[in-house]
Amino acid sequence: MESLLEAVSLLVGGDRETWWTIATSVRFSLWSTVFAVIPGVPLGAALFLGRFKGKRAAVALVNAVMAVPTVVVGLFVYSFISRSGPLGSLGLLYAPGGVVLGQAALAFPLVAAMSYTGLQKLDPRYGETLLTLGAGPWRRLAAIIREGRYVITQATLAAFGRVAGEVGVSMMLGGNIRWYTRTMTTTIALDASKGEFERALSLGFVLLALALLVNFLSHLAVRDGR
Amino acid sequence: MRLIAKRGALRAAAVCAALLAASAQAFAMGGKEAAPAARPAPANPRVRLATTTSTENSGLLSYLLPFFTEDTGYTVDVVAVGTGAALKLGENADADVLLVHARALEDAFMAAGHGAERRDVMYNDFIVIGPAGDPAGLEGSPDAKAAFARLAASGASFVSRGDKSGTHVKELDTWKAAGIAPSGSWYKEAGQGMEQCIIMAEGLQGYTLSDRATYVALKDKTSLAILFDGDPVLFNPYGVITVAPSKNPAINADGAKAFLDWLTSERGQGLIASFKLEGQTMFFPNYKP
Repeated sequence: MESLLEAVSLLVGGDRETWWTIATSVRFSLWSTVFAVIPGVPLGAALFLGRFKGKRAAVALVNAVMAVPTVVVGLFVYSFISRSGPLGSLGLLYAPGGVVLGQAALAFPLVAAMSYTGLQKLDPRYGETLLTLGAGPWRRLAAIIREGRYVITQATLAAFGRVAGEVGVSMMLGGNIRWYTRTMTTTIALDASKGEFERALSLGFVLLALALLVNFLSHLAVRDGR
Repeated sequence: MRLIAKRGALRAAAVCAALLAASAQAFAMGGKEAAPAARPAPANPRVRLATTTSTENSGLLSYLLPFFTEDTGYTVDVVAVGTGAALKLGENADADVLLVHARALEDAFMAAGHGAERRDVMYNDFIVIGPAGDPAGLEGSPDAKAAFARLAASGASFVSRGDKSGTHVKELDTWKAAGIAPSGSWYKEAGQGMEQCIIMAEGLQGYTLSDRATYVALKDKTSLAILFDGDPVLFNPYGVITVAPSKNPAINADGAKAFLDWLTSERGQGLIASFKLEGQTMFFPNYKP
């Protein structure tokens, strides 16, 4: 109970490091969401529109990749952005760029899968109509993304929620460096490991509030979409 | 339908705008924090230090680093992991400088050509902690070997780091010296940091080997007591190693060298000695030029 009170006072009292951590988390999550949506939505739409051999396998693959644990994604990306890896010269490891890249890699299959499943709820004749009207593949892609914008909004919000709440990638690729790559979730992991539950709890509240906000916005998107 | 769609789009736009505004503010805040340097910054002002959890979580680095930044203009990015992981980061050139404690591993690291220079920095000591009632009867053991033998014979739970950290290596060495191969349900390999292991030992009412600094920093959160200490084999020497710049052009060799020099300078050594937790000196400087 005491830690609960202290947790609230950290937030209300404007503890500088706590708020800096919250801001950093939001910043990283926003950027990684952007970088997950840019390839994820077109891929989802392409899967929906595409008529090609192995489509079911491709869909299954995207769905399967979603289930890979965050630390595995982290490990995989680490091997690329380590200074001794192929992308080492970019200096992304233990820097904000690494966290954003890792989180984008984590959320991108989620965006693709959600876009794909969501778009299937559209009238199936839509794609065919576009085809008979003589639209080229790019026009069709653009039109379907426009038509499915509520689905895409939802996928985007889900991606944001996913990356804001994950700890494996942030810890492994960001290194939990104070005033640099320390985020809400890595702070929670660190503080909980030190037995300092107050700030961990206060950040937990913020994460919960953020998740509620995302769900609320997602709900609005669905309602508007009807 | 049209109207509703428009409203939805407007709402989405508003949300995006709000989030981006928040992001911009976050950037502004980040910028303010990132520039604490008091003098013109060196060409590459960020030095990446891979170190053990004990130096970070005891508060030693948070105490020392502002002085280092003030003196040299370098900002140190601390990645706190176990000694094994820290050395691995050095090997992969993902750190510029290391502050670790496992002499045999450090020597192997140097022998393999991964390091440019190694210096002794300081030492602290390991302690065996456990439930205040001391069910395994450790108190009064003549030396560390005997204490570990009593532990194994009692069947009381023992939480091992199990993570190749310096503490873990020391623990394994001590078992070996005692002629015991620890295994069985009493021996729990946690694979976690020191604090987690202490918290686990607390929950199990078992024993664990800890460095003194981490234990003292955690003291008001644990009921475990020091049941054995003082054997010189439990002294825990820390070394600072600069990673060989030839490994990768991205290595901040100047910054790493500056850190090694500063830590072993009179000022660095004096500051290490002046760091206290609960009135006790935690790390004893021992660099000899």
